[in-house]
Amino acid sequence: MTMLSFEKKYRVRGGTLVGGDLFDFWVGPFYVGFFGVTTAFFSILGTALIFYGASMGPTWNPWQINIAPPDLSWGLSAAPLAEGGLWQAITICAIGAFGSWALREVEICRKLGMGYHVPFAFSVAIGAYVTLVVIRPVLMGAWGHGFPYGIFSHLDWVSNVGYQYLHFHYNPAHMLAVTFFFTTTMALALHGSLILSSVNPKKGETVKTPEHEDTYFRDLIGYSVGTLGIHRVGLFLALSAGFWSAVCIVISGPFWTRSWTEWWSWWLDLPIWS
Amino acid sequence: MKTKIFTKSLGLAGAAALALLLGGCEQPPQETAQTGPRGTGMVQVKSPEREEAKRAAIVLPEVQPEADASGPRASEVYENVKVLGHLSEGQFIRVMAAITEWVQPEQGCAGCHNLENLADDSVYTKVVARRMFQMTQTINAKWTAHVGQTGVTCYTCHRGQAVPAEIWFKSPGDDNPPYMGAKNGQNAPVKSVAYSTLPNEPFSALLVQKGEIRVQGTTAIPQVPARVEQGQTIQDAEKTYGLMMHMSTGLGVNCGFCHNSRAFGSWAESPPQRVTAWHGIQMVRELNTTYLDPLQPVYPANRLGEAGDAPKAYCATCHQGVNKPLYGAAMFKDYAVELSPPKAN
Repeated sequence: MTMLSFEKKYRVRGGTLVGGDLFDFWVGPFYVGFFGVTTAFFSILGTALIFYGASMGPTWNPWQINIAPPDLSWGLSAAPLAEGGLWQAITICAIGAFGSWALREVEICRKLGMGYHVPFAFSVAIGAYVTLVVIRPVLMGAWGHGFPYGIFSHLDWVSNVGYQYLHFHYNPAHMLAVTFFFTTTMALALHGSLILSSVNPKKGETVKTPEHEDTYFRDLIGYSVGTLGIHRVGLFLALSAGFWSAVCIVISGPFWTRSWTEWWSWWLDLPIWS
Repeated sequence: MKTKIFTKSLGLAGAAALALLLGGCEQPPQETAQTGPRGTGMVQVKSPEREEAKRAAIVLPEVQPEADASGPRASEVYENVKVLGHLSEGQFIRVMAAITEWVQPEQGCAGCHNLENLADDSVYTKVVARRMFQMTQTINAKWTAHVGQTGVTCYTCHRGQAVPAEIWFKSPGDDNPPYMGAKNGQNAPVKSVAYSTLPNEPFSALLVQKGEIRVQGTTAIPQVPARVEQGQTIQDAEKTYGLMMHMSTGLGVNCGFCHNSRAFGSWAESPPQRVTAWHGIQMVRELNTTYLDPLQPVYPANRLGEAGDAPKAYCATCHQGVNKPLYGAAMFKDYAVELSPPKAN
């Protein structure tokens, strides 16, 4: 892959967290670093283990391959490979790979003297995953509470775990998470369409400025959050979606065992109308 | 200064929200039990403190001393003994003593009897109690598919109260509402359907009338015309879910106790408890139509529902939040003679 003429200027030494100069090099367009090596190690090993698990299972149909966590009876101990141990090993690999990737992002931030916003944002996604497969299972006392690795099987798990609390749509944190997911797509659609409208003027006219963009929204809804602000809004909405997703599952079970519909009885019992 | 106040009030609001959220909390760790293959999420989750409180609330009455089975029959000794006449005098007195403790511990004999003349049928509770003996005998003899060898006694539902804690009545006047305001019993949260917005009285349609509970499509893409031809509507589906919410809270279990939610209708993927529950539904229909609803003319007005109907049974009547009523305590075995129909003895 060819390097752009100015790109070389940004390929600076240093900024590594671990390994000093040892892995401080690029392969094609990719920065490697110590965490590039560990990312490759964990992701290749984890993927190989998934294939190994699939080879032990009844199907090679990619929709139906299923690597399930151990039975609850194994508690928080290590299970034999064929009885959920593989799930445990793959979980370690996944966390290793995701964590390495985030730290590789940190090293690149340091090289370029930038803020840590990208690794921070990615960490929220990792946090949601770790909540599902580590924090909640530990709080519930068994690795068997983690979700299975498989396209259909994880959907079936989501369905059954939702029905553990009879009606998951009444989970207040789930409500917030869903609202943030939808609001994120709305914000992105508004922002994307605004920028494209600004840079695609009528034939013969010049590209419009951020002032036009701001004015558009001031005319429309009386306020524009601004060119930088919209990115703060976007990041906040997106991270909130992931954050509340993690909250909605970690409270289901560890902190609430009954129907989520029943949780709302505090609302029905408010002295205003009861 | 302004920002400070803003930050402070934001912090206060946050703390209030957190307190509210944690206020409704149950503390980990919880009790869990797997009801399906690993990784399916078919797991029962229970709070140990709540379970402990439910167990502590159950105080089993002491077993009455054994009675002599020989000697003259109760029907020969006493007048107007219509259902328990086949018992010996000792057995008859024994079960009277037991039912007093189970159902009328406060009022004693006078709860059901005219103390001037015990054979007199003028007290309505005596007429009801006679029918309830027949009902209990029927459950123990005919419905072993549901109650197993554990069986039931009066105490299973009554728990020392003249009126069981968990009974239901028909909802008044929601049968043929106009289009506007046709609430179908929704948005009126009640405990019996776990405070959901599902129809809050699905019981008339499904536990008295034999309404279809199987509403899920059997094809990947719903064949709407076929369903409509069978007369099934969205409201039927909602009633089904309303009943299921009742079964869940009535038994203190979640959907995964009887179903794999990826295919609710599939018997092959369901835990065996679903078979027991199916027999339970058939049983409750018989109890309501044969025993409980027909007692309507016997009751005084204060015992009837808003629609003027007799009190009826559903799952929670016996189960009271526990999947095996009284946590499986087998009281029937000590009264097997008295609480089985005459032919079975």
